[in-house]
Amino acid sequence: MRRFFTAVVFFALLIVLWYLAQGFMVHEHPGWDAFAQAHLWWPAFHRWSPVLAPSPVSVWNYLVGAVEDRTLLEATEVTMKRLMLGYLAGVILGVPLGLITARFKWAGDTIGLIGLGLQTLPSVCWVPMALLWFGQTEAAMEFVVIMGTLWSVQISTDSGVRNVPPIYARAARTMGSRGLHTWVKVIVPASLPFIVSGIKQGWAFAWRSLMAAEIYVTILTGFGLGHLLHYGRELNDMDQVLGIMLVIVVIGLLADKILFSPWERFLHRRWGTVKD
Amino acid sequence: MNGVTQELEIVKPSKLSIDGVSKWFREGVVKTQALDNVSLSVDECEFVCLVGPSGCGKSTLLSMIAGLDSPDQGKIMSDGREITEPGRDRMVMFQEPALFPWLSAIGNVLFGLKLKPNLNNKERLEVAQFYIKLVGLERYAHSNIHELSGGMRQRVALARSLAPNPRVLLMDEPFAALDAMTREQLYGDLQAIWAARKKTIVFVTHNVREAACLGDRVVLFSPHPGRVREEFKIDLPRPRDINSPDLAQYATRITKALKSHQGSEPAAE
Repeated sequence: MRRFFTAVVFFALLIVLWYLAQGFMVHEHPGWDAFAQAHLWWPAFHRWSPVLAPSPVSVWNYLVGAVEDRTLLEATEVTMKRLMLGYLAGVILGVPLGLITARFKWAGDTIGLIGLGLQTLPSVCWVPMALLWFGQTEAAMEFVVIMGTLWSVQISTDSGVRNVPPIYARAARTMGSRGLHTWVKVIVPASLPFIVSGIKQGWAFAWRSLMAAEIYVTILTGFGLGHLLHYGRELNDMDQVLGIMLVIVVIGLLADKILFSPWERFLHRRWGTVKD
Repeated sequence: MNGVTQELEIVKPSKLSIDGVSKWFREGVVKTQALDNVSLSVDECEFVCLVGPSGCGKSTLLSMIAGLDSPDQGKIMSDGREITEPGRDRMVMFQEPALFPWLSAIGNVLFGLKLKPNLNNKERLEVAQFYIKLVGLERYAHSNIHELSGGMRQRVALARSLAPNPRVLLMDEPFAALDAMTREQLYGDLQAIWAARKKTIVFVTHNVREAACLGDRVVLFSPHPGRVREEFKIDLPRPRDINSPDLAQYATRITKALKSHQGSEPAAE
């Protein structure tokens, strides 16, 4: 409760400061106006261009308007759909791929190397090729998201498996576990902390890739958050740009709390090592 | 007779015979000999302690009896059958933390039982509870491993290795990382469990007193390469107390022998 209170006070202060830095003169306050004119030595009383620093009130007004005319919800829906599809595909492909590259030397030497290489490539670099292959479609977006997720999940799974103490597999063997049983019941659960941190990192990469791709190209089949941000820029509408940035941050935070916190709590309870 | 009583029946302990076993390890280009022509036999229900300084190959021998490694020369037999792979008739209790942290205490005990085809899940749970109780952890059955103390963890490990009802129990310095008080308690409990469950036990340690306290026989190894040097029969009544003066006399004799064999020879090729 106390932590919650601290957080609320902090963010309230932040908004007040933002408002102070910008708000007074833009939104008619005749009394304040005269006061501010008389105290122009204080930086906050200088009129800042609303393009450079939109006030919290105008950003709020944009958000309310965008919710009312449904553009924001529709864009969020389009974006989340792309993200979820691409991300899930990336995880579903990435975990088994990581297991394979860790298990088979030949796979580690080939696919593992590709993964290591491609992970260093920001996945937005795939956009030009994706557009040529798939056109301005959802498939192009999803391809970019998958390429962002896949390798980070694969690499964490791979290193998770490699970090499993060999004694676990030996102990399991003495109890009669062999082959696939050892993999499913010992190696995979033992590497779970790595796999979870991998799919969490994969989420961050997926989110970044998709935003970059949406800002970068227009997709005919749906307007996402990135497109809203992009068109805010084109129209010099910084209320919109800042508003969308806020939405992106909030979605990222929520995803972290809803999707990953339960897993991390579970790991913390069982292993007693992962701090939350 | 239902599945549980049948499962909990005391099985006949095995007789082990180790016959001229040698083992080499290759580290890079250097080939070192871990064991040189080791022969040893362990009777049914005998408690044998292997003692020696590090590098004497006692742990290597143990993992070969377990079937996790194989000898380069010689044979290891259990009840006359050559050991070629791990089997549920020979369970190992490791020194390192080998419990699975993603399972609870009883989940760990159930791991081996789930691989036994002749039981259903209800029976498995009952058997697991029996062993959890045997090691005195019924209140901690559902605890996570990280919540247990070192001594309790080794109790779980003991229950886990007893659960598939093996004929042989192989223990690799299982108490080395524990404090003296906890260890003393475990010495008593282990002797009681051994008497109750009738296992052939091979126990590896570098603690001479521990060996004298637990073993019917203490086998002394010398290092580089590992060889059997001497055997000591411990003729003391059980249960034995680690602090008894009689036991101390045995320990002194063994320690003296241990020192005389140590470093007396250059490393053989």
